[in-house]
Amino acid sequence: MRFMLLFSRQGKLRLQKWYLATADRDKKKMVRELMQVVLARKPKMCSFLEWRDLKVVYKRYASLYFCCAIEGQDNELITLELIHRYVELLDKYFGSVCELDIIFNFEKAYFILDEFVMGGEIQDTSKKSVLKAIEQADLLQEVRHPQTHLWSPQNTPMETP
Amino acid sequence: MALKMVKGSIDRMFDKNLQDLVRGIRNHKEDEAKYISQCIDEIKQELKQDNIAVKANAVCKLTYLQMLGYDISWAAFNIIEVMSASKFTFKRIGYLAASQCFHEGTDVIMLTTNQIRKDLSSPNQYDTGVALTGLSCFVTPDLARDLANDIMTLMSHTKPYIRKKAVLIMYKVFLKYPESLRPAFPRLKEKLEDPDPGVQSAAVNVICELARRNPKNYLSLAPLFFKLMTSSTNNWVLIKIIKLFGALTPLEPRLGKKLIEPLTNLIHSTSAMSLLYECVNTVIAVLISLSSGMPNHSASIQLCVQKLRILIEDSDQNLKYLGLLAMSKILKTHPKSVQSHKDLILQCLDDKDESIRLRALDLLYGMVSKKNLMEIVKKLMIHVDKAEGTTYRDELLTKIIDICSQSNYQYITNFEWYISILVELTRLEGTRHGHLIAAQMLDVAIRVKAIRKFAVSQMAMLLDNAHLIASNTQRNGICEVLYAAAWICGEFSEHLEEANQTLEAMLRPKVTTLPGHIQAVYVQNMVKLYASILQQKEQAGEKEAAQEITQLMIEKLPQFVQSADLEVQERASCILQLIKYIQKLQVKEVPVAEEVIALFAGELNPVAPKAQKKVPVPEGLDLDAWINEPPSDSESEDEKPKTIFHDEEQRHSRHRQPEIDEEELARRREARKQEQANNPFYIKSSPSPQKRYQDTPGVEHIPVVQIDLSVPLKVPGMPMSDQYVKLEEERRHKQKLEKDKKKKKQKKEKRGKHHRHNSLHTESEEDIAPAHHVDIITEEMPENALPSDEDDKDPNDPYKALDIDLDKPLADSEKLPVQRHRNVETLKSPDSEALLVEKKSKKPKKKEKKHKEKEREKGKKKEKEKKKSSKHKKKKHKKEKEEKSKDKKKSKKKSHHSEEETTESVQNGTLDDEPLPPMSSYRLLAENPYIKMTYDIQGNLQNDSQVTVSVIFENKSTSFLKSMELNVLDSLNTKMLRPEGSSVHDGIPVPFQLPPGISNEAQFVFTLQSIVMAQKLKGTLSFIVKNDEGSTHEKLDFKLHFSCASYLITTPCYSDAFAKLLESGDLHMNSIKVDGISISFQHLLAKICFHHHFSVVERVDSCASMYSRSIQGHHVCLLVKKGENSVSVDGKCSDSTLLSNLLDEMKETLSKC
Repeated sequence: MRFMLLFSRQGKLRLQKWYLATADRDKKKMVRELMQVVLARKPKMCSFLEWRDLKVVYKRYASLYFCCAIEGQDNELITLELIHRYVELLDKYFGSVCELDIIFNFEKAYFILDEFVMGGEIQDTSKKSVLKAIEQADLLQEVRHPQTHLWSPQNTPMETP
Repeated sequence: MALKMVKGSIDRMFDKNLQDLVRGIRNHKEDEAKYISQCIDEIKQELKQDNIAVKANAVCKLTYLQMLGYDISWAAFNIIEVMSASKFTFKRIGYLAASQCFHEGTDVIMLTTNQIRKDLSSPNQYDTGVALTGLSCFVTPDLARDLANDIMTLMSHTKPYIRKKAVLIMYKVFLKYPESLRPAFPRLKEKLEDPDPGVQSAAVNVICELARRNPKNYLSLAPLFFKLMTSSTNNWVLIKIIKLFGALTPLEPRLGKKLIEPLTNLIHSTSAMSLLYECVNTVIAVLISLSSGMPNHSASIQLCVQKLRILIEDSDQNLKYLGLLAMSKILKTHPKSVQSHKDLILQCLDDKDESIRLRALDLLYGMVSKKNLMEIVKKLMIHVDKAEGTTYRDELLTKIIDICSQSNYQYITNFEWYISILVELTRLEGTRHGHLIAAQMLDVAIRVKAIRKFAVSQMAMLLDNAHLIASNTQRNGICEVLYAAAWICGEFSEHLEEANQTLEAMLRPKVTTLPGHIQAVYVQNMVKLYASILQQKEQAGEKEAAQEITQLMIEKLPQFVQSADLEVQERASCILQLIKYIQKLQVKEVPVAEEVIALFAGELNPVAPKAQKKVPVPEGLDLDAWINEPPSDSESEDEKPKTIFHDEEQRHSRHRQPEIDEEELARRREARKQEQANNPFYIKSSPSPQKRYQDTPGVEHIPVVQIDLSVPLKVPGMPMSDQYVKLEEERRHKQKLEKDKKKKKQKKEKRGKHHRHNSLHTESEEDIAPAHHVDIITEEMPENALPSDEDDKDPNDPYKALDIDLDKPLADSEKLPVQRHRNVETLKSPDSEALLVEKKSKKPKKKEKKHKEKEREKGKKKEKEKKKSSKHKKKKHKKEKEEKSKDKKKSKKKSHHSEEETTESVQNGTLDDEPLPPMSSYRLLAENPYIKMTYDIQGNLQNDSQVTVSVIFENKSTSFLKSMELNVLDSLNTKMLRPEGSSVHDGIPVPFQLPPGISNEAQFVFTLQSIVMAQKLKGTLSFIVKNDEGSTHEKLDFKLHFSCASYLITTPCYSDAFAKLLESGDLHMNSIKVDGISISFQHLLAKICFHHHFSVVERVDSCASMYSRSIQGHHVCLLVKKGENSVSVDGKCSDSTLLSNLLDEMKETLSKC
């Protein structure tokens, strides 16, 4: 996989992960171009398209588009499966995830993705072990900085805006 | 006071964490940019604080802003600070920020090396994990080099969590630092058998990715992966492995044969669509890479096509799309199997989804035949009319043209129809492809002579209706067709009926609104028209009419002279002057037409687009050599800039070529000729290309059918291509009737003699005769042009660097760089350091030893398994037989099934019989520095007088080998099967080319009369070696040895049948005895089975009976007995010569044991 993007129907980028280090300018250009192409597609169309020298696999969940760019020989269906797994992971972690969860806890979304996919290759096919790793890492975080808790509002529960 | 200020600012800053920022941005929709720039200012303040928590918070916010598109590269150093925080919470944020915004251009990245190394060796596995994840996103060549050794150590970490990540990141390290691949590979390979499934799948992922790019280095891993494939149940892993095999099979055809079975099993059994799709794709790739002519593979193709049909019929758009995509791959090699699903694909043309329609269009390309071209194009034309978006309509247009023009207009039987289609396409508004239509019009008109008359009439009409086409000029791409129309009318003006009218159309003032390049062509071609009209009129003696037309030109041309386009202006003014001059002559009543027409005499021949590139460099011409000696550097230094002119003159004279007198020239010429004559590689000039074209077969043999008079040559208004479809049907019907009549006559004559084929009423492709005498002129190529079409590989391929031989043992020098601290102590005692290094270098050696031992053990295990499976096999056979006899009378479907089963079991057998590498049935045929040929001979079950010789060609050189041709000197008894029509001296071309280091297999069929004796045939392989220096012809002689054993086919036999056979008494007997045999009896039998194609009937202790059958049905029975050191073989066979020859061969094999 070359990169993964999450963006909203309004064309707002919610998450981007590049597995091939790319200069910012190129990233921006590609994101803009790809968003236009994907958003222009009608709902009944298939989830694959050829774009530049890559294949793009996307799927819409509620208001969010999950979009992966893969290479010519990669399997489209398993990529679709990968997207679905990621959504399931987010769902399990946040508890029926919505776009706002990802906006406000975007770093968590990244951490989950990093445990699931690394360097563009799937890291662990088991959902359970991914979630376990994330939970334990989170645990570490809580235990390690009790004092930050005291003077930072970081951990106060978030009211829904 | 100061303290208060600091405190206050801290308070204010802590008001804003990530959530606040996000909320703030959402609340400032109108002035977002302003709000964010304010935030960035705050963040900059925060970053100046010493408190790491504050910094981490700031970096976290920056990461969010980066996603929104703001540049945060200025904070790179702060990110590194946060990465080096001791608390996991902050470290995590730091690494996240780094992975999002660091890239190779980030200059501070080199500062991270030590921090990352520290994190990698952290006792906390999550620290290590986060560092690995981050590094995987921004690893640079420097980082890869410095950290490769650390990561390699982590591959053997106790925690699978770390091992998994370390294995995955190795792929990125290899890409950035290819030198690390060889040292790290043994350990990576070990991980394929890691107890943790996650680590194992990571290793499979990495090796598969590596192997996909450079498959040939990973061939040796094939058995291991084969085992994994048959044992793994994880679909993610299976998909990767199957993909890997898809990459390996083109290099190793034998692998392909073995893959088919497990893959088809998976296709049958899996419920996961992704796996099914991958299997189908790989089966297709395997079948493409296997040389054709494998009869039992049509079943696999059929299976794939069936499964794809199910995908296409599915309501899920994704599956539909992929089904069509895979179908187009099959189409390339097995068009027939796809063509039967034409209905389905045409149906997909009506799909709502444009991307599906486009895929279906791709497929149509290969589905057309002479028979259905018109019908399919008609359907497409309807779609063109219906299509709403211009992009899809343009795509349709190009597809129509592609379909019609493919392989040199192969499927077009009626070019009038095609021209009409092109003309109809000009009615499309706003298409970008005007030039494409124009190019087709030009190409057809030039190359199909018979159509010119019709083409000209149609083009004249287009010119007449130019105002319709060019209604909203400039932006409209379709006006390009006027370019073609004008040129065709001008160039072939002799075919024009109403030349005057066309000329007037071209002179209309509206023309000046056309784009410049079209006007230029107009101007040029109106002169051609004018010339032919002039000639006509003069010949008819109509002087006044001739003068009139001249006057018309003089009146109208000035509008072009005023053109803003340089080209138009220049041509017009030139021509205007010319015509004024003609007018003067006309007034004097001088006949001018002949001279004017001479301006455009001669015919233009089409030239192939690559012709120029393919002109071979003549022998002896070195384009890189200096013609004159270049001035040496010292000379130029010596030259003093005194008087410039003087100096210049001197130099000039120095460089002038030495004068050579005539005699010397003649002498050199003669010498060169001599040299050329003696040089076998000099390609002597062959007859001129024009002559060759006349020789091209086929054209003369196409029956000349008079143009049907029912077709009106001049269609009023725009033509309708549909009428041709009807006409074509009628024409074909008529043809068929005529043919039927003829055949009936023949039948009457021949009745009673013998039955004719029943193909009378099935109209085959060849039966459709073209409507016209079609003379498609091939494009001109230079003499001696070499047929080279291979594309140069991309030199910038990042994966090229990983093309590394992994089977070579590691050299001592190949180690990953290990960074050591330069302590003063170690400097003091260099011995201890040396010792340390030695220890380290010893370590991998030990490992290697261990590894080898392991492999040996594995080998033993395999053998054991083999024994087991062979026993198993026997049982299976018996069972199957019983089952078969039971099922014999069941329905067709069932019998089909059982057939499949038997083929499977045979394949199973070959799989099990596959010996360890040294026991290969492929023997060396011949070898030279360029190429190595090994071969194997197999009897043909279906034909009692044919054997198939499979030859593996292996390119050993660094050059490209092509135009390989294999020829054999036939004997009376044994002949190579050549395609019909070729003589016995013709070689058979090998159906592939060989890039350096690649091997591939081709098969040749031989026919034999008698098989009782071994045969030897002499032969030659000729081929062209092409490399940077040029290309040379090479030859390699060989002797093809048909041993008697190669006529035998391994046939199982049951002991009761065997006993009966022996009792029958029809068999001749013979025996041999070989001494000094040390190998085990089991091995000995295996050798006889493998090399001599026998099967064991029964074995008791050190005695075994064996059986085989020749392709012509001779029974061969053996009784093999093993003594202390010797083996005796008693044989019985229905032919005594065959038996004694077979035993002789066996003796030779056994004496080698």
